[in-house]
Amino acid sequence: MSRTREADGLDLTADVLVVGGGPAGCWAAIGAIENGASVILVDKGRVGTSGATAAANTAVIDVSRSGPARAAVIERRLARGFGLARADWIERMVDEAHVQLSRLAEWGYAFARDDRGVIYRGALRGPDYMQILRRRLLKLSARLLDHSPALHLLLTSDGEVAGATGVTRNGEAWTVRSGAVVLAAGGCAFMSKALGTYGLTGDALLMGGEAGADLSGMEFSGQYGVSHAAATVTKNLIFDWATFSDSSGRTLEGDDIFELLARHLPTGPVYAIIDKASPTIQEGLRRGQPNIFLPLDRQSIDPFRQRFPVTLRYEGTVRGVGGLTIDAGGATSAPGLFAAGDTASREPVVGATSGGGGPNSTWAIASGSVAGRSAAKYAAKLGPSAHQRGARTADQRERATGAAIDAEQAASYIPVAQAAMFPLERNFTRDAVGLQDSLARLDDATQSFRNAKRSRSDSRDRRREREIAAMLATARWICVGALERRETRGIHRRRDFPAANDAAPRSLRLRGVDEHSVAWA
Amino acid sequence: MIELVSAARCIKCDACVDACPDDVFDRTVGGIPSIARLDDCQTCFLCELYCPVDALYVSPFKDAREHVDEADLVARNLLGSYRRALGWRGIKASEVDRDLSHRLPEPDGTPWER
Repeated sequence: MSRTREADGLDLTADVLVVGGGPAGCWAAIGAIENGASVILVDKGRVGTSGATAAANTAVIDVSRSGPARAAVIERRLARGFGLARADWIERMVDEAHVQLSRLAEWGYAFARDDRGVIYRGALRGPDYMQILRRRLLKLSARLLDHSPALHLLLTSDGEVAGATGVTRNGEAWTVRSGAVVLAAGGCAFMSKALGTYGLTGDALLMGGEAGADLSGMEFSGQYGVSHAAATVTKNLIFDWATFSDSSGRTLEGDDIFELLARHLPTGPVYAIIDKASPTIQEGLRRGQPNIFLPLDRQSIDPFRQRFPVTLRYEGTVRGVGGLTIDAGGATSAPGLFAAGDTASREPVVGATSGGGGPNSTWAIASGSVAGRSAAKYAAKLGPSAHQRGARTADQRERATGAAIDAEQAASYIPVAQAAMFPLERNFTRDAVGLQDSLARLDDATQSFRNAKRSRSDSRDRRREREIAAMLATARWICVGALERRETRGIHRRRDFPAANDAAPRSLRLRGVDEHSVAWA
Repeated sequence: MIELVSAARCIKCDACVDACPDDVFDRTVGGIPSIARLDDCQTCFLCELYCPVDALYVSPFKDAREHVDEADLVARNLLGSYRRALGWRGIKASEVDRDLSHRLPEPDGTPWER
C-alpha cells in the first residue's frame, strides 16, 4: 500500500470525480453538476477528441415516449439481444436519451433535416458532438484535467471508493479526493487501432475490478470491425452495399458479413466493392459519414467502382458488450463507485449482441446522465467530511520483488494480450483448448508483469504500465467468461458448443482481478 | 499515421499537441511541433480538424510509412480534405446540418442504428 499524499502534486477535492471524457463521462459530469455537485473530470487524452465517438460518426436511437417508433425499437433490440436484453432497461435508456438529445440541440448541435424537412436526430457527428459537450462543461464550470490519466482509485479501509490518483503528462502527480467516482473511460480494444480505440485499454475495468466491482457480459466480445486492410476506419455501414470476392475474383456469399470475412480471411485476401449503393445512398454516405472515405480517397480508390482489400480489426468490449455491472442508478457493486458508457456492462440493453454504434451511443448518454445524478446524490449524503476519509491506493507493483524492467520490456507484454484477443480462430470463434491456452499465457504474463519492479519511470511509462496491466486483466476476464459460457450466443461463438443452451439465459458475473469468482445471475 | 507537419504552413499554435488524444506530438522551443511518438498515432485524423491552417497530413495506413510529398498532397487537394468534407470550422462546430445520415437504413429497412 502506498500513501495517498503525493509530494509536490496537485491535491484536489470534488464531490464527484469523473474518470474519462468521452460522451458518457461528459454526460455524467453534466448530470452531477446539475444535481449540485462540484465536479472534476480527468481524461488521459483531451475532452473533445478522446474516445471512440470523437473519431467516429455514430447513430443514436431517438424515439419519443409517445410515438410508435419506441415500441418498434424496443422489440427490435429484444430480438437482437438473444434473450439477455431487458425491456425495462431499454425503455429507460431511450427515454433518458430522448430528453438529453433535446438539450444537445439547445446547446448548439444543429441537427440536420431529412429529405422531407423533418429534424433528424438519429446521427451524431463525433467531432462536433464532443466539442459541444466540452463547451457545455466549461460553461458549467466543471474542472477538466486533460492529458491526466487516472492510475488508481483511492479506497477507504471500509472499501469505499473515495477518489483517485494519477499523473499529468508533464509529470505531475495528482490526487482527487471525492465523495463518489464515476468510471467512464470506455472499454478495451487492446490497441488494435480500430477507429478511435487506441486509448481504450480497459483502464477503468481494472480500477473497478480492483475496488471489488462485478463485471458482466465479458464473454460477448467476439467483436471485429471491417476496415480497409491497411487502414483503421472500422465503419461497417458501407459494407451493407458491398460485394465481397477473393483474389481470383470469385464472389463470396454469406448472410452475415462478419462470418463471411472470418471464414475467408484466414485463407487469403478478401476484397470488397460497394456496388449496391444507389446514387442517393452514395451521397448519404459521402455527406453523412465522410470519414469512411478517408482511407479510400487518399489512396485514389473509388469504392463504388473499384474493389479494395478488407480485414477485420478487433474491437473488444468497445463495440462488444461487457463491463462493470451496474444497477438502474448506475452504481457498481463497490460502494461510492458508479460506471457509465462502455465501462459499464451493456448486457441489459443489447444482450449478447454488439452494442456498436446506435445502442452504445444512446447508452452513453443515458447511463452517463443517470450515473452523474446518482453520484451527486451519494456524495451529498456523505457531506463535506467525505474528503477527510483516510484512503489509500491498492498499488500491487509497489510490492514487486522481481528484477526491474524498462519501458521497452514492459511493452513486450502487450503482444501477449493481443495474441489472445486478435486471431480470428482464438476469439471470433472460440473453443476450450484455445481459451485455456490463452488464459495460461495471460496468467503467466500477469504474474511476471506484477513482480517486475519499475525502473526509473516518467508519467508516460506509468500510464503505459497501467494500460498493460488493464489489457492483461481484461483479456483474462474475457477468457474466463468465454470458457464458462458453454454455448454459442450472439457474439460469443463456441466451436465446441455451437448451439444456444437455453431460451431463458442467465447473466455471467465475474469478480476479482487476481483470483476470479464466477456466478450466474 | 501522421506523416506531415508542414513547416511552410504551421503557425506554431500547438493546437495539434493539445488535440491529439494519444499524446503523439511534442511542443518544441520556438519550432513546429515534433512527431515524438509516431507508434502511438491511431490514425483518427482528428489533429487535421484542429489545425487552423491545414498543415497536417495523416496517412490512412495503420503501420506502413507513406513517404509524402507536400506539393503532391496540395495538388491532390488532400491537405485539409477531412475538414472540408465535414464543413468543420475550427472550434466552432459547424455544418452538421449538411449531414445526410438519415438516408442510411439498416438492411431490414428500419432506421439506422449503428
